[in-house]
Amino acid sequence: MKHTSEQLAWLIRRHGVEMTHLSGGSHLGAILSVADIVATLYTDVLRYDPKNPKWEGRDRFILSKGHAGASIYAALAESGFFDVEELKTHYQNGSRLSGHVSHHLPGVDFSTGSLGHGLSAAAGIAYALKKDGREERSFVVLGDGECNEGSVWEAALFANHFRLNNLCAIVDHNHMQSLDFNENTLEIEDFASKWKAFGWNVIEINGNDHQELKEAFGKVGVLPEIEPHKPTVIIANTVKGYGIPFMQNDILWHYRFPHDGWEYDCAVTELHKIKPAGVEDPYTPNGIENPVLPTEKDDIYNDHTFSYTWNTSYPEKMRRVDAKIGTTEKVHNV
Amino acid sequence: MRDTFVRTLVELAKEDKNIELVTGDLGFGVLKPFWEQCPDQFTNAGIAEQNMTGVAAGMALTGKNVFTYSIGNFPTLRCIEQIRNDCAYHNANVKVVCIGGGFVYGSLGMSHQATEDLAILRALPNVVVLAPADLVEAEECTKALAKYQGTAYLRLGRGGEKRIHDHIDNFQIGKAIKVHDGERVAIFSTGAIFEEVSTTEQKLKEKGITPAVYTFPTVKPIDKDVILECSKKFDLITTCEEHNFIGGFGSAVAEVMAENTARAKLLRIGLHDEYSIRVGNQKYLREQYGLDGESIAKQILEKL
Repeated sequence: MKHTSEQLAWLIRRHGVEMTHLSGGSHLGAILSVADIVATLYTDVLRYDPKNPKWEGRDRFILSKGHAGASIYAALAESGFFDVEELKTHYQNGSRLSGHVSHHLPGVDFSTGSLGHGLSAAAGIAYALKKDGREERSFVVLGDGECNEGSVWEAALFANHFRLNNLCAIVDHNHMQSLDFNENTLEIEDFASKWKAFGWNVIEINGNDHQELKEAFGKVGVLPEIEPHKPTVIIANTVKGYGIPFMQNDILWHYRFPHDGWEYDCAVTELHKIKPAGVEDPYTPNGIENPVLPTEKDDIYNDHTFSYTWNTSYPEKMRRVDAKIGTTEKVHNV
Repeated sequence: MRDTFVRTLVELAKEDKNIELVTGDLGFGVLKPFWEQCPDQFTNAGIAEQNMTGVAAGMALTGKNVFTYSIGNFPTLRCIEQIRNDCAYHNANVKVVCIGGGFVYGSLGMSHQATEDLAILRALPNVVVLAPADLVEAEECTKALAKYQGTAYLRLGRGGEKRIHDHIDNFQIGKAIKVHDGERVAIFSTGAIFEEVSTTEQKLKEKGITPAVYTFPTVKPIDKDVILECSKKFDLITTCEEHNFIGGFGSAVAEVMAENTARAKLLRIGLHDEYSIRVGNQKYLREQYGLDGESIAKQILEKL
């Protein structure tokens, strides 16, 4: 049951919708933005053995943005680490699947949930592997909001200083964080230049494009030969909520789960429009026949950042960009 | 004490190539023997304790036995969440070493005084907490930690501590050490403040009291057996620590006594829930805050 990266990414999205729907869990927007990165890692990049999760020769992987834990759980289940059925227990009493990533589960090397921890741990792993002349590599996925944390930049200094060319960080740069855009929180651009200045190889791509992801991971294998001393960061520009248009670029879906009715029905229907061939929907195999549709009074396609509804009071002094509804375009106004 | 620690760790590291020492850019003139003799097992992680501790967790989970090293509150409070989430929760083999428990860096001021560390580290599940009293205990603690698999905290003095024990038979994490027996009063001491206890004893002897004396190099897990035995046998148990009297060693003893039938009363010597605002060396500050040998004796006599 080996999946292509596109198939696995779709399954992560489908499981993500179901798991948050069933549990009332948060962070679906982040699960959807990171799905393509996680899928590509599990289908095309990481070396692992689902029958022997602690295999010494495995590549190490940390999801530092632990709030997108459902993406990892789905990837692990679909890659044979545990039964797909268990995904339904997410958030439930007695489950192994906590909202944030837990290592009490086969295939997870490191628990996260507090931001700014994963890059240091991944650097420590890479450092120890290098000291012992081992071939395994260390991968870590960070959030862009997470890069507000000072410890990320401590780790960035360390990884360069100790020439950790067996370390690859991927930033899920969906341009949004808890209350608004990155740029209206703590201005983070020019993001790539920051990593370059810290001594890293930087690859910037569309992180929802599987071809670009595969090429980038291909370069990660080659770059250390060209510049043998550098760790590599892939800045994966993604769209929060990617794959379900009414969730895209809308901070509401950092928190909200798809409720019964039009939210769940339309989410599933949207996913079925982009379902790749050869993959089965384990929950609604034929989609939803008569989906409930949103009415005029339903809150859909509204920008829930500073410019609309709940956040109109977001203080002017925080703003560095204006966004256009329905696009990913942003205008720097200061 | 720090030189004893480094000397002992050098010997252990020569034997065990998985032992790693990671410093947060401190140890000038102290760590030199280690980096000269074990250069491949030494890392300076820079002035970045959060990363140092996260890196240590990653290294430990990849097979290393890592000692992180810094002074005062930097290896602990500055990165307490990395100790909790990355080390302790994963049972990572990381030993956090603090030089300067208590008032060691006296005149340097409040920032450098580690006076809540025992309480905070003791509250974390999966963390063993050690505070040796003298050079002999420091050596034994270091050896025991090198063997111990898991997360631990080692709180050391700095330098100039005496050798009080001749030797220790069968040192074990979690076991108190009886220095000598006595009557009416049992003095329990953890960490370098033990050097004050000989003055206390002298003062008590002048009043005709010979106290029993125990050191507790392990604050967690606490030696319940010794506490229970003494709380039946003596009129008064006195705990001594260079630390806030809330949450630390005295509290650990109080917890055991409160949950069991104790004949003895309890006197906790420590800082009375305050920061040190005075300027002076360790000895001066101990006197100012009632932690010197004479003050301890006075408080014991008042309580008896």
